Amino acid sequence: MMINVIREPLIFEISSPGKTAFKVPEPDVPGQKDVLAGVALREDIDGFPEVSETEISRHFTRLSQTNYCVDFGIYPLGSCTMKYNPKINEKIASLPGFTQTHPLAPEGLVQGNLELMKLLENLLLEITGMEAITLQPAAGAHGELTGMMMIRACHEAQGHPRKYVLIPDSAHGTNPSSAHICGYTVKEIKSNDHGTISLEDLARLMDEEVAALMLTNPNTLGVFESDICQIADIVHSKGGFLYMDGANMNALAGITRPGDMKVDVMHLNLHKTFSTPHGGGGPGSGPVAVTKILEPFLPVPVIEEKDSFYHLNYQRPRSIGRVRSFYGQFLVALKALAYILTLGPEGIKEMAEIAVLNSNYIRKNLEGLYDLKYDAPTLHECVFSDKHQREYGVTNLDISKRLLDYGLHPPTMSFPLIVHGALMIEPTETESRRDLDLFIEAMKAIAREAKENPELLKTAPHVTYVRRLDEVQAARNPILRWEK
Amino acid sequence: MSYIPISNDDRQEMLARLGLDSAEKLFNSIPEENRLKNLLNLPAAKSEPELLDYFEERSRKNLYDQYISFLGGGAYDHFIPAVVDYLSSRSEFISPYTPYQPEVSQGTLQVIFEYQTLICQLTGLEIANASLYDGATGAAEAVLMAHRVKDRKRLLVASTVNPQYRQVIYTYGKNLGLEIVELPYDQRGRIEARGLEAALNDGTAVLLCQSPNYFGVIEDIESLSKAVHHQGAMLAVAISEPLSLGLLEAPGKLGADIVTGEGQSFGLPLSYGGPYLGFMACKKEFVRQLPGRIVGQTVDAEGRRGFVLTLSTREQHIRREKATSNICTNEGHCALRATIYLETLGRTGLRDLAWLNVQKAAYAREQLTLIPGIKSKFSGEVFNEFVLEFPDSFEIVGQKLEARGILGGLSLKEFPGLENCALITVTEKHSREKIDLYVQALKEVL
Amino acid sequence: MYPENLYYSQDHEWLKVEGEEAILGITDFAQKQLGDIIYVDLPDSGKAVEAHQTLATVESVKSVSDIYSPVTGEVVQVNQDLAQTPELINSDPHGQGWILRLKLKDKSELNNLMKAADYEKYLEGLEK
Repeated sequence: MMINVIREPLIFEISSPGKTAFKVPEPDVPGQKDVLAGVALREDIDGFPEVSETEISRHFTRLSQTNYCVDFGIYPLGSCTMKYNPKINEKIASLPGFTQTHPLAPEGLVQGNLELMKLLENLLLEITGMEAITLQPAAGAHGELTGMMMIRACHEAQGHPRKYVLIPDSAHGTNPSSAHICGYTVKEIKSNDHGTISLEDLARLMDEEVAALMLTNPNTLGVFESDICQIADIVHSKGGFLYMDGANMNALAGITRPGDMKVDVMHLNLHKTFSTPHGGGGPGSGPVAVTKILEPFLPVPVIEEKDSFYHLNYQRPRSIGRVRSFYGQFLVALKALAYILTLGPEGIKEMAEIAVLNSNYIRKNLEGLYDLKYDAPTLHECVFSDKHQREYGVTNLDISKRLLDYGLHPPTMSFPLIVHGALMIEPTETESRRDLDLFIEAMKAIAREAKENPELLKTAPHVTYVRRLDEVQAARNPILRWEK
Repeated sequence: MSYIPISNDDRQEMLARLGLDSAEKLFNSIPEENRLKNLLNLPAAKSEPELLDYFEERSRKNLYDQYISFLGGGAYDHFIPAVVDYLSSRSEFISPYTPYQPEVSQGTLQVIFEYQTLICQLTGLEIANASLYDGATGAAEAVLMAHRVKDRKRLLVASTVNPQYRQVIYTYGKNLGLEIVELPYDQRGRIEARGLEAALNDGTAVLLCQSPNYFGVIEDIESLSKAVHHQGAMLAVAISEPLSLGLLEAPGKLGADIVTGEGQSFGLPLSYGGPYLGFMACKKEFVRQLPGRIVGQTVDAEGRRGFVLTLSTREQHIRREKATSNICTNEGHCALRATIYLETLGRTGLRDLAWLNVQKAAYAREQLTLIPGIKSKFSGEVFNEFVLEFPDSFEIVGQKLEARGILGGLSLKEFPGLENCALITVTEKHSREKIDLYVQALKEVL
Repeated sequence: MYPENLYYSQDHEWLKVEGEEAILGITDFAQKQLGDIIYVDLPDSGKAVEAHQTLATVESVKSVSDIYSPVTGEVVQVNQDLAQTPELINSDPHGQGWILRLKLKDKSELNNLMKAADYEKYLEGLEK
């Protein structure tokens, strides 16, 4: 890992005419004359690379070795749930019987696929306590949008879509953005001294023009909104819906169920709670689960079973419509299903327990050294800040960059927005005591260094493939592609 | 088995460190009455061999691979070189997060930079983003982008655009008060020029067309571009079969402002519809309205080249409700596969492969239309898909073919007047023998 | 530190009055808070604006901030140099980093703004 000697060029820079890594078969059909006559064809794909297979293999192998990854070490990004990605899940999702099925194949020829999707739906409903579900959304934010569209459709069916959506100031940026794309105006709720929302504020803001409250629970501080049932009551009393962002479901699975806490709509991130890999930025998968009243509005198609035959139903007149091509991130769904079947009911509960234990173990060991703005009990993640280190001119960015020198990945930085200089730590349950201690010891050493040698932090990282990168130049003079 | 590396001793010691005597107490902030009293009602945990058996058995319930399939319509069966699977399976590519710490993510970042370059080269446009979910959401993002750029509410969408893409545009557009107008097609299977002329006005933000379109027909992008720009609107081109870009002139060179599409053909298996890859490119002047992540080149503290996520102020984590899109997680690993695929095929490979698809499709069309009663429905030039008209409803013909082991195409019954028609797709994976078997079977069933 | 001849708003804009017009920019305090400016989104000339309305936005690498008009007026000119060199706001906030020129509608609105000494006191209050 991290071989710093070889600087791998761009593929375009090692390209030379005439090389190829793939031989296209000779046509086995008679040459067709006059095909594409009159159509604008291209002379060439200007600048496209020409390299051999050896060079392709070396190029990507070398590039891969400059990446940090979960298989290398702890990846404690708060709210991202970077847990281990089991290998068997990858193998299952690459079985040809799954990968080679065309999405428009007749239903009778893909019963295996449909059966597994239905099973995953049912297991997710059991885990969440909700009543109906769609696997279609491609990622968490897409799930939020889908959920908000269903809320809007339901209000419209009752005569009025309403105008506003309430969102706490601690929320992830996708919440306000999703509500906005759904045609709503966002009203922000300020967090109280415990980092949660107060019932008084909510009662004051909640009226008949508010379509929904979007609530992350546990919230982005890792704090459980203990008043969730009262919150739901206030929202429901004015005819609104309670949307729960399930990004942090890893803290709750097997312990409690949103459906039992009066939540109306929620999305899950299969790429967080259910172990599917993040792939350097996707693909994710964001199923949306709802209560009975919202079920008619689910996107099409809906998977149904009758006499052990699975069927895709498009005849749903009140549906919000289609939110993407086909039926969702099928291979991602398979991996999540494999994970749930591997864990079983005991394993799911243990997953949440250890995720919370690991987080609290880190919190306990770093308390005092790093400032904890909110001291409410936390579940799967905890949010420190750089307040103590700022006295020496050291920021959360410097702390994070120094962690890279220790061979560790930093926490989420500068989020949630309600904590200035935030360091948001979520270890997940798949870290060993040894890896947790490595992280804790590095954080302790960095706290010492901040005092004794702040310059060391401000110029970090020192031993990575590249040193600190100039983001200002990148944004001021954007170079977004290679050119000759 | 729950992938937990914490032993019982560890657990006891860690709880003791927290001053707790049980794991239950970690959850004291959740009201007692909300906590589950029993275990969830889930199937008992399976061992790895049991799990694999279970899934293999379900995969065998899929009978699709026992058929010779001519299905396409937005998802294409292309050969995937072995290097794509091998290299993309490396942990260092599968298990990182979005590259928020660029110093330890140069691999992911450089790959995306190369991907953006490849997409620019293929589409003939100046900038590309790091990926969107799929072709359908890409089409929706494209028209929303044009709406923001132009501050106009009228969207023209060709009825020759993949029906799923059109449905997603409706789903996204209806909550934003956008007016969506569908344009008719002509006998060539292309956008009807008069229909476009009549629909265009100075409130029009964009025309979205697809090329090759849902009927497989190649649109005249240059003419569309002239007509649209004359009214101050934008031209967005959606592409569901991007292999065509190996051969057809780049839409950006013909006047398209935005090119978006489905990248599945580039090294992603059919996978029953996902995960796929939405790509998007546009002219430089629209960069601040482009949705999704973008990677840019910069230098490090020692002056060495490096790559970072850039222009992030467009995005939801900074601009929140004013962001260009709500997208966060994209299709990074799919973009990696596409990059390996495209670099492996390279400049000549992609062109030769595209040409092979054209040849095979032309052969299939020729042979099938030699059968009495079978007609080519549209006269427009095609890439690797075409529409045939059958003497009877294709529902019936298709079922008879299926009984002979052939999936003969996709019914077009949702298009009024095309009840007897089907869309047939031929790629490099269709040997002459398979095509001839289709011809033979069709002769038998008619 | 802060020039005597400028008016200052609580949102950290400054105004330099020249006859019936005023030049607008953001203060040194504001540019320090924002960090390296990478982009300025400027309005078109002729845009009418009410006091406290958003007039432009400035972006750093990881933030977007609205610039509010402290007064009612009409944009008559924008600083085109900022398109290529937005960093002028960092290097010379009260001079070459000016953002735009407004035609003032009601000069009495200037009475709602602070003079340099008051603004400096206001900043001291913020830092506490």
